[in-house]
Order: sequence, then C-alpha cells, then structure tokens
Amino acid sequence: MSQFLSMGGYGGYVWSSFAIFAIVLALDAVAPLLKRRRVLRDLRGRARRAQKRSEETA
Amino acid sequence: MSYGTALSACRALFVRDFSLVWRQRGDALNPMLFAIMVVVLFPFALGPEPNALARIASGTILVALLLAGLLSLDALFRSDFEDGSLEQLVLSPHPLPLLLACKIAVHWLTTALPLLLAAPLLGELLYLPRSELPVLLAALALSTPLLSLIGAVCVALTVGMRRSGMLLALLVLPLYVPVLIFAAGACNAAGQGLPVLAPLLWLGAGLALALVLAPLACAAALRISLS
Amino acid sequence: MNPLVLWFHKLGSPPYFYRLAGRLLPWLWGLGLISLAVGLYGGLVLAPSDYQQSDAFRIIYVHVPSAWMSLFIYAFMAVNGFIALIWRIKLSETLAMASAPIGAAFTFICLATGSIWGKPMWGTWWTWDARLTSELVLLFLYFGVMGLYQAIEDRRQASRAAAFLALVGIVNLPIVHFSVNWWNTLHQGSTVRLFGPSLIDSRMLWPLLVMAVATKFLFAASLLSRARVDLLELEAGKDWARQVALADGDAA
Repeated sequence: MSQFLSMGGYGGYVWSSFAIFAIVLALDAVAPLLKRRRVLRDLRGRARRAQKRSEETA
Repeated sequence: MSYGTALSACRALFVRDFSLVWRQRGDALNPMLFAIMVVVLFPFALGPEPNALARIASGTILVALLLAGLLSLDALFRSDFEDGSLEQLVLSPHPLPLLLACKIAVHWLTTALPLLLAAPLLGELLYLPRSELPVLLAALALSTPLLSLIGAVCVALTVGMRRSGMLLALLVLPLYVPVLIFAAGACNAAGQGLPVLAPLLWLGAGLALALVLAPLACAAALRISLS
Repeated sequence: MNPLVLWFHKLGSPPYFYRLAGRLLPWLWGLGLISLAVGLYGGLVLAPSDYQQSDAFRIIYVHVPSAWMSLFIYAFMAVNGFIALIWRIKLSETLAMASAPIGAAFTFICLATGSIWGKPMWGTWWTWDARLTSELVLLFLYFGVMGLYQAIEDRRQASRAAAFLALVGIVNLPIVHFSVNWWNTLHQGSTVRLFGPSLIDSRMLWPLLVMAVATKFLFAASLLSRARVDLLELEAGKDWARQVALADGDAA
C-alpha cells in the first residue's frame, strides 16, 4: 500500500496532480448548485412580491 | 434624398477626426510620452551597462510601444460614443466597415506614427545596435497598424462600458501575442546576423489579412454592442 | 414537418430544454463518475509504470484528457457562439456562455498538472514550450470571454458580444500555436518530447481513453446543470420559471 502511495518516489507530484483535478472539477460541479439556490430564492421572492401587489390592488 | 458618394463620406470623416485631434493636440502626445517613460525606466531597473541594454533594446521598445498603443486604444470610439456620433456612423447609408477603416487609419496616423518616429530616439537611449535599427523600424511599420486593427475589434466590443481599461487589455493581449513574436523575432534575427525577411513577410501577410477582415469584424462587433 | 426538425425546434424552447436536461442530468453524472472511477483505477493501479518516467507518467491520465477537453470545449463554445450570432437562438447563447467556465477549469487543470509533471521530468516548473504557451493563451482567451460576459449589463447582448470574441479567438488560436512554434525553434531548438514511443502499450492507452470519455460526460453534466440555472435566471419573468421555483419551494 505504501509502495502504491509513494508512486516510485514521485508520489507528491502524482497525487497533487490528481488532487488538483478532483478539487477543480468538484468546485465546477458545486458552483451551479449554489447559483441554483440563489436564483430560486430570487424567483420565489419575486413571485411573493407580485402576489402581494396583486392583493393590494384587488 | 442623396447621400453623396462613399468616398466623400470618408473624406469628411478624415477631416473631422483630424481636426478633433488637432484641437486636443496636447492629448495626442500622451502615448509617446508614456512610451518614453517606460523605456527610461529600464536602465534604472537593469543597470546602465551598454551591453546588457543593447541586448534587450529592441524587445523593450516593442513592448513599450505595444503598451502605449493599448493605452490609446480606449480613446478610439470613446468620445464618438459619448456624443452620439458613433450611432450616426452605424446608421449611415455608407458601408460601415469602410468608415471604420478610415477611423482606424486616422487613429494609427495620430497615435502610432509619432511613436514610430520616436523609435530611433528610444533606440539610442538603450544603445540599440545600428544594424538592428532599420529592421526594428520595418517591424514597427508593419506591426503597429496590425495592432491598431486587431485592437479596434476588441474596442468595438467594449464600447459603452464605463471602465473598460483592464478588460480591454485582457481581450487584446492574447491576440497581440503572434504579432509581438514575429516583430521581436525579426529584430533578434537581425541582432544575430540571420536573415530577417521571413518574419517580416509573415507580418506583412498578417497586415494584408487584417486590413481586409478587421474592419468587417469591427463593424460586426460594433453592431452587437450598440444594439 | 420533419420530426427531427420539429424536435430541434422544441429543444430550442427553454422550458422544454429545462425539463429534458433535468431528466438527463442524473444519467450523465452517473456515467461520468463510473467511467471516472474505472479510468482512475486503470490508470493508477492496472497500468504498468513507464520504463523512462517510472510512475510519474501517471499524471498523463489527468493532464492529457484535460488538454483535449480544453480545446474541445473551446470549439464547442465557438460553434454555439456562431449559432447564437447567426440564428439568435437563446439556448445556444446560454450553452456557449455556460461552457466557458468549465473550459477555463479544464485549461487550468492542464496547465497546473503539466507544470507539476514538468518539475521531475524537465527539472523546471515551466518551459516556454509551444504547447504550454498556447494553452496559457487559451486560458487568457477563456478569461476574456468570461470577463466580457460579466461586464455587459444586458444578458443577451453580453452573450452575443462574448460569443463574437470566442469566434475571433478561434481564428487566433492556430496562429498563436504556429507563431509560438516558430519562435521556440528559433530560440532553443527541439524541446523535451512529452510523448515517447513508450505510450503505445495498450495497457497504458485504454485508461487514457476511458478518462477522455469520463471528462466528456462530466463536461456534459456540468454544462447542462449550468445551462438550466442560467435559463432560469434569464427567463425570471416568465411563467414557467415561476412555476419551477414554486414547485421547488414546496418540495424543500
């Protein structure tokens, strides 16, 4: 196992490359989810305001 | 209703732009002053040894002129956009690429040409070898119009933005890379006594291509950002 | 009308695309993660180590697929930008702009892993190799497209301007590559060859191809989820967007 982790002495280089790959792609996957939450909150707020306005005029 | 010929429209545009520059002739010298200041800073940073300076002279001058050109690009459409005459230009019945080519030509004549004339002086400040000077001037004569044409396309995309300076640099610099490589390549080849014709011909080919395509692209970009 | 053309027209409508993408997304994520796991296992465990580079060559399994993706995504963005400019299809604008950050991410991975790979192999973090330099310029082009898109207020105008810039960039990219190649040979002759003949071994090749497929799926998944959100934001005033938001609020 430790032989696998050391990667023939290049462990630091190999694992940091794979870590960068994983971290950047994970961030890329999470970003739209966060933005989705924000957009949905905006949309619901907009809908509430529209409803209130229509109740006031009615 | 008659509009006059496209040629007369171009002439009118030339006269107008030149007289605008002439009325603010103080501003017109700013890019040159900037280039001189950049070049003067290099000996302070690198030490005054003639050999070291001579080695980097042509590259430094090219980069200084490129940056000075970048600084003046912003003004290409700025005042015309603010007083609304740019929209009149877009609405005019004459071909927009032709009119824009005229504007770019005036811009090149008033900002890049003085820089070109100052280049021998800058070369002297950095101990540029005499054998490299004609090649540097030839490379500049071919590359500065190319830079103006490419830059105009990017300016057309950012026209109407409040603060476009940094963004404009980001858009323009990747497009400037090949031009700088060939211009500097010609100067380096001259420094090493190698033939210089090939990179200059590449620059010429690029210029011929840009002369035709850049005004068209510039017009398309302007229509997008004014829509 | 031809059913295929009809389907194409339907695909262009935001609510239809939103629903379709929502149904496709779990599949794309699933396929992407499975092929990623297979590719990583094959690359890190099954593939034998290289006789010249020992185990350091395994960086290839993230570096090369990312490099392929960086170019593939740029081409995808430019094609969608072209469609957006000519036919003014809203979906194409959204897809082009949604792919820019993903492309920038892959370009960044390619540069970072390439420089990590270069340290043990070439003894330096960076060389002005033609491919590395072109990739760096590509990253700047992505940043330019994203920056222009962010800087313009009107969303549709912003995406059209940025799409135009992407098209200018795709003309520029081969020129940059050619000029950097020319410049590099002038300065230092041949550089270290990245791809030795040792790569031909099929036990090394198949995980690379699996990783290439995995990154394609991950790109598609990320693209669709970005495009969905962007469409929702773009169409905030429309009825279908409000219904989506309210339905989601009830579920949460």
